[in-house]
Amino acid sequence: MTTVDHTTRSDHDAPIGHGSPDDVHVHKPNSFYIKVAVALAIVTAVEVGLYYLSIGKLFLPALLILMVVKFVTVVSLFMHLRFDNRLFSWLFYSGLFLAVSVYLAALMTFRVFDGS
Amino acid sequence: MSEATLTESPAPDEHNAVVEHAAPATHGPPTSTGLSNNKLAMWLFLGSECLLFGGLISTYMLYRGRHTGTPGPAQLWDIPLTSVSSFVLLMSSLTMVLAVSAAQQRDDRLTIVWLSVTALLGSTFVGAQVYEFTSFYHEGVGFTTSLFSSSFFTLTGFHGIHVTVGIILLMSLVGIISRSEVPGDKAEVVELVGLYWHFVDIVWIVIFTLVYLIPA
Repeated sequence: MTTVDHTTRSDHDAPIGHGSPDDVHVHKPNSFYIKVAVALAIVTAVEVGLYYLSIGKLFLPALLILMVVKFVTVVSLFMHLRFDNRLFSWLFYSGLFLAVSVYLAALMTFRVFDGS
Repeated sequence: MSEATLTESPAPDEHNAVVEHAAPATHGPPTSTGLSNNKLAMWLFLGSECLLFGGLISTYMLYRGRHTGTPGPAQLWDIPLTSVSSFVLLMSSLTMVLAVSAAQQRDDRLTIVWLSVTALLGSTFVGAQVYEFTSFYHEGVGFTTSLFSSSFFTLTGFHGIHVTVGIILLMSLVGIISRSEVPGDKAEVVELVGLYWHFVDIVWIVIFTLVYLIPA
């Protein structure tokens, strides 16, 4: 099957609410998505590898960074947020930001990160 | 501006006709934002779902050490099994994006194939989760055993329900595509279900790290 990459221009450049072409579908070749999936699988393998290795204080930040990398990759490339209208990014990331900030504040109130 | 335009302003209907004719057909749906309302609603829904799962994950983080006298995460977790099921769910995201790609190229046969594979991978994930829950139960950890178990089963159970709903959506989509009964833009309908499915995957990415890999 042949596929064509039509995503050379990002709709992030288009202003919101001015008829930006939302219905112009993102056509990345299937090989692109397969490469992304392989990269995600490798990152998952690294995460599991870190679980069994003893890397001391680096363990927690390394796992959190890898988690964020996987999260952003799926959202940006598989969910096409990187190529889509900016308003969609605002809707999703504002919900995510609100959730993270509210619950981090709540957990800090309960001293979850104090290690006690 | 010419004198003709100053003196002969077009009637409202005539003006609209000119504007509609001039607008290219590729300039998005006829909505006030120029964006699909369905897609807008889906992203809004997913944004709100972040708050739901954020609450569940936070509750688990708060209670994961509360299991005095009963098995805790260190005794229960089967990391190899959970790693494999995480990999399966991750690969289902790949098959889902391939289904979206096929739908955008109007290839119904391939769309159905990839949607079915995605549903199969999702079912494998749910099967692994049911196996995990059953083994925990046999080890004496039920929903009300401890605060840890309650928060764990609530969090992963909610996620499992979301995956199950996703599988139902996928199979329904396979059915209506087979019968050519998809309302509206077929590619957009597949994309909307895809967005939901990928969201379920990203939630598991967070759960896998925070719940399973990072010790209490």
